[in-house]
Amino acid sequence: MAEFSLPKNSRVGKGKTVKADGASNTRAFHVYRWNPDDGENPRMDTFEVDMDNCGPMVLDALIKIKNEMDSTVTFRRSCREGVCGSCAMNINGKNGLACTTAIDDAKGDVAITPLPHQEVVKDLVPDLSNFYAQYASIKPWMQTQSTTPEKERLQSHEDRAKLDGLYECILCACCSTSCPSYWWNGDKYLGPAILLQAYRWLIDSRDEATGDRLDHLEDPFRLYRCHTIMNCANACPKGLNPAKAIAEIKKMMVERKG
Amino acid sequence: MADMKTPLAKVHGLGSAKDGTHHWMVQRMTALANIPLVIFMVVSFVGNAGKGHAEWVAWLKQPLVSVLVILFLANFVYHMRLGLQVVVEDYVHDKGTKIATMVLITFACVLIAALSIFSVLRIAFGG
Repeated sequence: MAEFSLPKNSRVGKGKTVKADGASNTRAFHVYRWNPDDGENPRMDTFEVDMDNCGPMVLDALIKIKNEMDSTVTFRRSCREGVCGSCAMNINGKNGLACTTAIDDAKGDVAITPLPHQEVVKDLVPDLSNFYAQYASIKPWMQTQSTTPEKERLQSHEDRAKLDGLYECILCACCSTSCPSYWWNGDKYLGPAILLQAYRWLIDSRDEATGDRLDHLEDPFRLYRCHTIMNCANACPKGLNPAKAIAEIKKMMVERKG
Repeated sequence: MADMKTPLAKVHGLGSAKDGTHHWMVQRMTALANIPLVIFMVVSFVGNAGKGHAEWVAWLKQPLVSVLVILFLANFVYHMRLGLQVVVEDYVHDKGTKIATMVLITFACVLIAALSIFSVLRIAFGG
């Protein structure tokens, strides 16, 4: 059965509180902590951050915590401007990028946990091996049989426009890990991010493997676990709509049935 | 014992089932057919509310009514069977339980359809 409660060794306990000495304007950040090496249950640590000396984004606060309060706090980050997708995490119950989520968007305390329903490597770092393998499985590159042209592969303005709303995806996994269907069947269901990427190649006029790509997706689990719940569109930090891309794939499936 | 398969091997699994679109299409088609059929049933039942046994039987004996009620029953049960399959696929992950549940659901649906349609026919053709 689908798991609706956490196993005993995953139940989250209360952790330590680190105060900001001498600061008057503070904000409490509750951060999920789990260390694979100490054999203990996960816990929520509280860090009171001096907001007079902190940048505006959740990632600024996390970096400040790591630099000044507890250097063992572990999280992924790179570009700090919403193009790399590394700092995807759950902030006050909503998946998003820490670098593009403003602290002031939250009223009161900020609770930060890893992306839901993924195994945790450490603290805020989820294990995305399955997610990346699913991405590889859709062969996310241009497949052609025609002789390779001497110059670039041509595409009309109209056909290029079809990639808008798809190519912007940064594969941060915010959408897939917000999807209940992906929670229950993430081993077999490809999830919104990968299906949006699959559609990005299906709709590319330069690609010659459309039929093979559809064959690969023609499956009750890979594609049809999408029940249009729409959490994906709600979670996407880039404002994309994976549910719509999935609906378009289903339309292609029906279309080729004749 | 740790699972030594690569993530990609797990994702590929047994390959695509080459199926799913048919189920999806039929589920939507039966849903579409359900709109007029359910409206017909609700309107009829509200209209017949409070009437006695003889009047209900007379109502059901009309050829068009019998046919529409049978269509409703067949379509509704088929749609129910397809929908329950989705629920089972979503939540039941143990292979044995899954197959057993689907067999039970299918048997139950066929039984419900057969009993109810036979009942309508018996009234329609009965003396």
